[in-house]
Amino acid sequence: MTISISDLAPPTERYTVLGWLKRNLFDSFGDSLLTVFAIWLTYAMLKPSLAWGFGEARWNVVADNLKLFMVGRYPAEQVWRVWVVLYLLAAVIGFTWSVWVKGKEKAGFVLIGIPLFLALLPFGMTTRLMILALDLFGFLGILLGRGDNPSFKRWSIISMLLYFPVGIVIIGGLTGDGGFLPTVKPDLWGGLMLTILLAVIGIIFSFPLGVSLALGRQSSLPIVSWICVGFIELVRGVPLITILFMMDLMLPLFLPSGIRVEGVIRAFVAITLFSAAYMAENVRGGLQSISIGQYEASHALGLSGFTTMAFIILPQALKAVIPILVSQFIGLLKDTTLVMILSLFDVLGIGKAVLGNPEYIGTSKEVYIFVAALFWVLSYGMSYASQRLETTLGVGER
Amino acid sequence: MMDSKPIYEEQEPIIVCRDVKKWYGDFQALKGINMEVRKGEVIVIFGPSGSGKSTFIRTINRLEEHQAGQIIVDGIELTHDVKNIEAIRMETGMVFQQFNLFPHLTVMQNITLAPLQVRKVDKEEAEETAMELLERVGIPEQAHKFPGQLSGGQQQRVAIARALAMKPKIMLFDEPTSALDPEMIKEVLDVMIELAKSGMTMLVVTHEMGFARSVADTLYFFDEGQIVETGSPEDIYNNPQEDRTKLFLSQILQH
Repeated sequence: MTISISDLAPPTERYTVLGWLKRNLFDSFGDSLLTVFAIWLTYAMLKPSLAWGFGEARWNVVADNLKLFMVGRYPAEQVWRVWVVLYLLAAVIGFTWSVWVKGKEKAGFVLIGIPLFLALLPFGMTTRLMILALDLFGFLGILLGRGDNPSFKRWSIISMLLYFPVGIVIIGGLTGDGGFLPTVKPDLWGGLMLTILLAVIGIIFSFPLGVSLALGRQSSLPIVSWICVGFIELVRGVPLITILFMMDLMLPLFLPSGIRVEGVIRAFVAITLFSAAYMAENVRGGLQSISIGQYEASHALGLSGFTTMAFIILPQALKAVIPILVSQFIGLLKDTTLVMILSLFDVLGIGKAVLGNPEYIGTSKEVYIFVAALFWVLSYGMSYASQRLETTLGVGER
Repeated sequence: MMDSKPIYEEQEPIIVCRDVKKWYGDFQALKGINMEVRKGEVIVIFGPSGSGKSTFIRTINRLEEHQAGQIIVDGIELTHDVKNIEAIRMETGMVFQQFNLFPHLTVMQNITLAPLQVRKVDKEEAEETAMELLERVGIPEQAHKFPGQLSGGQQQRVAIARALAMKPKIMLFDEPTSALDPEMIKEVLDVMIELAKSGMTMLVVTHEMGFARSVADTLYFFDEGQIVETGSPEDIYNNPQEDRTKLFLSQILQH
């Protein structure tokens, strides 16, 4: 029997582990020398760090002040409300996951792993149980979303839309000074909670604002386009810290006396406006990547300008700029640390405040490493989520 | 159907163009075009590149604005009035050289989008019509693929189906086969021939002279923004009057 060329399997290279080592690391005397040297160098550099991390470091500064790091000056007896908000989040994520990701549920175990991992860290037993309860609510959400009910998709979107206002109300309070949900002034919000809130609200509000500005900039009505260009160029032209200062010092001058805007709200507004200006330019980049033929085809079919934007142009333009937008959101998350100048205590601000306590003198390495790790986890989480989103939406396929 | 062809001659004109002029800056692209198209008539416009033929058919659904003269489509005059423009666009389908399918939507969604959003038909009906059209253009099995997964010829047939889904009275074709590989031209022309024989009013910018000879009622030769010569395919091929027509025909029919 003859085998035609097309029947042959593609050529593969096969190595044993030793073969690989030989070929890549110890191919010649010089190679071997370099490999040994590199191993020694790595060891020499890592050893003190590991010795410090697992020996000398006083991690109790983190454990002792965990509540501060997480929620800042939020009243201790009201912290259960933050847990409720987190449980709701777990349930919403579980529900959404099981509704939308049919058939690929396994990937969701990564999410379940997060609380399991956190529970391994040296928190108190109560905290560990509270963290593990996150998985419970996540499962509850997954169970709720099982089955093929077509209205589930609508419910998952509604639950996501409702989640943020409901969460804010639970954290901020509803019933004044007493009652079930007493008001907790935004100025008492702090720590990681404040960081995440600032970032999430900044993203949620700056997104539609940025898209509107991008569209407005292209408007054929000169007034609209001038206003948008003016806003974008003005806001992009100054550092965020200046906008925060302006909010702090100048806003009271414009507002009637007696009206005081809480620092947190001012920070929200400043971050949203700042982010929207960048968003607008990123989205504009996406809009310009759409060929004129798409507009023409849409118009030739009789679709109105609005429908063309909503169904043809924006979906393609936004899909094209997802990586840039995620980059921007990660930047926004890290920029929230600047709210320190509005006397707000985000997670980094709390770190500085903790270091001011004489009891914890000399623990700045521990504190900053912890804060950096938190930021890294959040940023990488966003980056990972966006990669999944890009795969699902098939960015790059044409 | 061929013997019943001259039916269009008894029909009312559905497109009337009077002295249509257009400039790009100082360059005059259209120097006064006069044309009457009757219902069911198949018109082929040909001419050298830069002659204004594409610009002209794009003025008919206002993808290009004409600056002087009059264009009346199905009794509606094209003006700055958005209502008129939208009404005319609902009556005219257009097929582009570059297909211009929506890459983020499936074939089915490409075809049903305009009926759903503009004509407000319900989804079931729109999808039924879409399947009928896909069968008519010969690719019903591709309904749930994305345009990027289809060949050029298949994409152009989807584009024709998409335009037909709006049930237009007039179809405009702007060099529909120029971007296709040679082996795919025929499958698109076959669909267009079938459409022409079904009585659709068509304006086709093309150099496919075989297509023009077999289905066109009237040929227009454009050069330098003007109609140089017009007539039936027989007249133009066998007995061109103008030197420019003779020259151009000799160039494109040589091989």
